[in-house]
Amino acid sequence: MKAQSLFVNMDQLLGEAAKLQVEGYRYVALTAVEIDGQTVELIYHFDLNLGMRHLRLSVQKGTRVPSITPVYLAAFLAENEIQDLFGVVFSGLAVDFKGTLYTENEMRGRVPFCRYTVVGSEKGEAAGQGDNSREDSSGEAS
Amino acid sequence: MKSTVIPIGPQHPVLPEPVHLKLTVVDEVITDVVPSLGFVHRGLEMLVDSRDYHQVVQIVERVCGICSMMHAMCYCQGIEEMMGIEAPPRAKYLRVIWSELHRMHSHLLWLGLFADSFGFESLFMQFWRIREKVLDIHEATTGNRVIVSVNKIGGVGKDLDDDQIEWILSELKNIKREVRRLGPTLLDDYTVKKRTVGRGVLTSQQAIDLGTVGPTLRASGVARDMRQLGYAALGELDFEPVIEEAGDSWARCKVRFKEVLASIDMIRQAAGKIPAGDIAVRVKGAPPEGEAISRVEQPRGEVFYYIKSKGQKKLERLRIRTPTFANLPALLSILPGLYLSDVPVVVLSIDPCISCTER
Repeated sequence: MKAQSLFVNMDQLLGEAAKLQVEGYRYVALTAVEIDGQTVELIYHFDLNLGMRHLRLSVQKGTRVPSITPVYLAAFLAENEIQDLFGVVFSGLAVDFKGTLYTENEMRGRVPFCRYTVVGSEKGEAAGQGDNSREDSSGEAS
Repeated sequence: MKSTVIPIGPQHPVLPEPVHLKLTVVDEVITDVVPSLGFVHRGLEMLVDSRDYHQVVQIVERVCGICSMMHAMCYCQGIEEMMGIEAPPRAKYLRVIWSELHRMHSHLLWLGLFADSFGFESLFMQFWRIREKVLDIHEATTGNRVIVSVNKIGGVGKDLDDDQIEWILSELKNIKREVRRLGPTLLDDYTVKKRTVGRGVLTSQQAIDLGTVGPTLRASGVARDMRQLGYAALGELDFEPVIEEAGDSWARCKVRFKEVLASIDMIRQAAGKIPAGDIAVRVKGAPPEGEAISRVEQPRGEVFYYIKSKGQKKLERLRIRTPTFANLPALLSILPGLYLSDVPVVVLSIDPCISCTER
């Protein structure tokens, strides 16, 4: 899978997504993987004629990530999901539920799918709390 | 003219499961739509944190009842790839047989619900009556009607003997005859066409741009079906995706109707070619390590699994993108411009499965 992956930074993301769209790639999915207490990796998956390409973006928690919805509108649900569950904030989202696609207002500031600490996400700041309370299954402290 | 916001769902007679659509209408015409989810979200992806990777098979089977077999197959294929395991040939054929039976009962269920959405109650009951025969096959061969639970890492847990295969084929013969008998009623009926032809049109370019999958994509003329990947024993069977060109609700209905018959043909082929031998290999060695992507064609379209593991019994990450999650954005394009009265039929035409979406 790494072989079909292109590692991009935030400045390159939209341009690379636009290139894939011009080449005819279909947006398939967006995956968020928490790497450690400070980093989340976003993997954008695309398909053309059954062959897959992936864009990998490493994000420091608390930074804003450009939404790819101006290029691939279909990504709006996945980006909203990641906002809710991982605390990554997307800017320029075509349809922005502002952290309430899955969760209710009382969940603001919590990121249920992160096993490590989340620092300074917009949701966390808005609610005056930045830490997630869940512990890693391996026993690592949050 | 002043616009009005009309909420549909999460509880609505036409919706089998809870999803909310915020419709903006001017007079009776829809001008904007925003779908909302989260009413029954279960967070199943996070259960990999607390379960052994073998136990995750039972978890992913419960992502959705209707396509439980394919969820498990997709997950098992991903883990097998990571561990360098290959399921025995017989197991691959058995996976094809049960997965196509799943596709049949899902499509028959949908055809009934679709008939119900435009008030054709007797047709609804006819399709569901036929579906019962498929569920009877599930029950007789696996012990369960819906969640058949046959997959395990390394193969399958149940076998079919010659008598069972012969019985399945004779049942399929009857099912095929009965489905074909309903064809003209569904596809040539004046009122059915009046409610579906030209409603909710998705062009092939829109279908690709909006990331749609399965019959929603193929009804717009795009011949894309994950079965073309040749997973399990599909590479050894003749298979052509069913496509339609019109891209409207009627075309989506026609694709599913034809796919029921295509699935019968594939089961027949698989039953004729199934080799003798083991149905599973023993899983030995260290737990899976690395990353894998697994894709399978479910009744509603491509399901996508991303699996990451650090070589421990518990996976690092499991991401499941279900077909309905991919098809929901299409509503943003196909609903505006339609009358409010078209909403039930057009929404059902993408076969929304909220259980899958709210995994």
